[in-house]
Amino acid sequence: MTSSTTTLTGPAAAAAVPVRRHRSAGWIAVAPLLAFVALSFGAPALAMLGGAFTARDPATGATSYTTANFAASLHGAYLTALLGSVKLSAVSAGIAAVLGLLLAQAVVTSRFRALREAVLTASGVLANFGGVPLAFAFVATLGNSGVLTRQLGLARHGWDLYSFWGLTLTYLYFLIPLMVLTVTPALDGLRSQWREAAQNNGATGAQYWRHVALPVLAPSLLGGLVLLFGSAFAAYATAAAMVGSSVPLVTLQIADAISGNVLLGQENVALALSLDMVAVACLVMAVYLPLQRRSARWLD
Amino acid sequence: MTDTTLAVPLAGGDGHRTRAAGATVEFRALRRAFGATVALDGLDLTVRPGELLALLGPSGCGKTTALRMLAGFEHPDSGLVLVDGEDVTGVPAHRRDTGMVFQSYSLFPHLNALDNVAFGLRMRKVGAAERRARAAELLELVGLPDHGSRYPHQLSGGQQQRIALARALALRPRVLLLDEPLSALDAKVRLTLREEIRRLQQELGITTLFVTHDQEEALSMADRVAVMRGGRLEQCATPAELYARPATAFVAEFVGTMSRIPGRVVDGGTVEVLGRRLPVDGEAPAVAGGEVDVLVRPEAVRLSHDPAGRARVVATAFLGAVTRVTVTLPGGTPVKADLPTESAAALPPGSAVAVDLPDRPVLVAPRAA
Repeated sequence: MTSSTTTLTGPAAAAAVPVRRHRSAGWIAVAPLLAFVALSFGAPALAMLGGAFTARDPATGATSYTTANFAASLHGAYLTALLGSVKLSAVSAGIAAVLGLLLAQAVVTSRFRALREAVLTASGVLANFGGVPLAFAFVATLGNSGVLTRQLGLARHGWDLYSFWGLTLTYLYFLIPLMVLTVTPALDGLRSQWREAAQNNGATGAQYWRHVALPVLAPSLLGGLVLLFGSAFAAYATAAAMVGSSVPLVTLQIADAISGNVLLGQENVALALSLDMVAVACLVMAVYLPLQRRSARWLD
Repeated sequence: MTDTTLAVPLAGGDGHRTRAAGATVEFRALRRAFGATVALDGLDLTVRPGELLALLGPSGCGKTTALRMLAGFEHPDSGLVLVDGEDVTGVPAHRRDTGMVFQSYSLFPHLNALDNVAFGLRMRKVGAAERRARAAELLELVGLPDHGSRYPHQLSGGQQQRIALARALALRPRVLLLDEPLSALDAKVRLTLREEIRRLQQELGITTLFVTHDQEEALSMADRVAVMRGGRLEQCATPAELYARPATAFVAEFVGTMSRIPGRVVDGGTVEVLGRRLPVDGEAPAVAGGEVDVLVRPEAVRLSHDPAGRARVVATAFLGAVTRVTVTLPGGTPVKADLPTESAAALPPGSAVAVDLPDRPVLVAPRAA
């Protein structure tokens, strides 16, 4: 049976007014952002690019274009530091991504709303807790004379905070909360019906994660991983305050080169090292973006 | 995107059509409470092999909980779920032999239609070539043979539900569960798809439980309809019986349209209503002289133009061949009557009419507060 209902209506709706998009108005709105980016990112990047390929004659003060700075940045201690930074960032980002995902999943599936809010609030604070205060906190607790080191006798077991793994542990302190903040909204977006549909089709819990949840989460996980890598790669103050030069890192080498801590006249090598960092970041993004595009296609 | 008609190319298929009749499903004294809310309160129900049974009821009546218990997503506090006499109450969801279509589109977004349909076969370690062939066959079964490479976001709602139906059938389950599968679709697609689901169910002979709150959907599709209320079964009967002989006032009012006309019990088997004495269908809920409501369907109410009549026409609604006329009795009680559209044209709003009932047994209920 079909039915029709007569609806009393008021005056006829006003004729639709065509909406014209004023491109000029759009550009005006975005102009402040573009100006800010140009000043804060573009100008330093150009200066860095120019300096990396420039050499200054100490006698005459004349400048000339050269690739020597760039070549020097990829040799010896500088290369070791660059690779050390990549390794530290990759390891700490990988561990933080796994632990952050597990913690976020526990929070998302928890019945206790207070626990969820507490963890997310704490993550918001801890993700921004870095630099010298973080280094001091770790030195005080897990350094050679740290409270926990002495009480638990960690030194007898070979514990050394001022090492690669010590620095990794310190970085995890802010990287794990950062991952929790990044991935929690994505986990919230996993629909319970996907799990049930998978179960209904004979999938175990592990099969659901392998064949459904992780592929669906892939864009967020990849995004989180890149964010963590970048955060660890660019970190300076924590490492500088904690390990000095005992763990070779590119950010520490840049600081040394600019300040003339080891050799004088290495400022342009520092700029070349900075360019190396940009290249590494671009490389990571070059791997990430196609993967992200591929996995995001079915989430449109 | 448009929805294509479900083709059922089963002849020469892989056995979907030739499979044995579906399984028997039994719910025995199922009880489930969520905190203070009792979702199921001792549900007893048997679904016959190959039958399409609709679970109908208002929100919160427990129909979806019952379905989810059969799927293994919920576990009863007490009671049993039996399939072909075998107790499956403790069997985990991934080992239940059921296929389920969910209310909202639950296709996996990262898999195309073919891989969605083949998902269960993949979990069962069926070889790639075989599962792709079977998935393609199922896509043809649901009328979407050319949509295998499309992702869910590239499909319309109706197409997604067809794919979900194909996925639910891929493992050749003994029981098919449909959890309000049409509620998210627009009216036209819903109408088409429900006919096609029914045809497919009959072709496959698979025992099917269909949860809906849409009585028209339930009555038009199901072999039997189980009306639930407050976690309990009110009545389970064929659509015709449910409509013609509702067991309770709730069923009478929930299924179809019903008007309540004030009456008075004359004796145990007779009620006085609209100045007439009519036999009571079943037992009267009050002693002689007690006030009751007489429940009448719109098609049972007769109206005639009568300048001296005390009832007034207040509204008319065109329904096609018939027009539903709403009148108010002198006490202000609204009564609905379905009249042939030509007859209703003579009764515009404001007309004085006489209201009459046919001389047959009527259902009575306690007077509504």
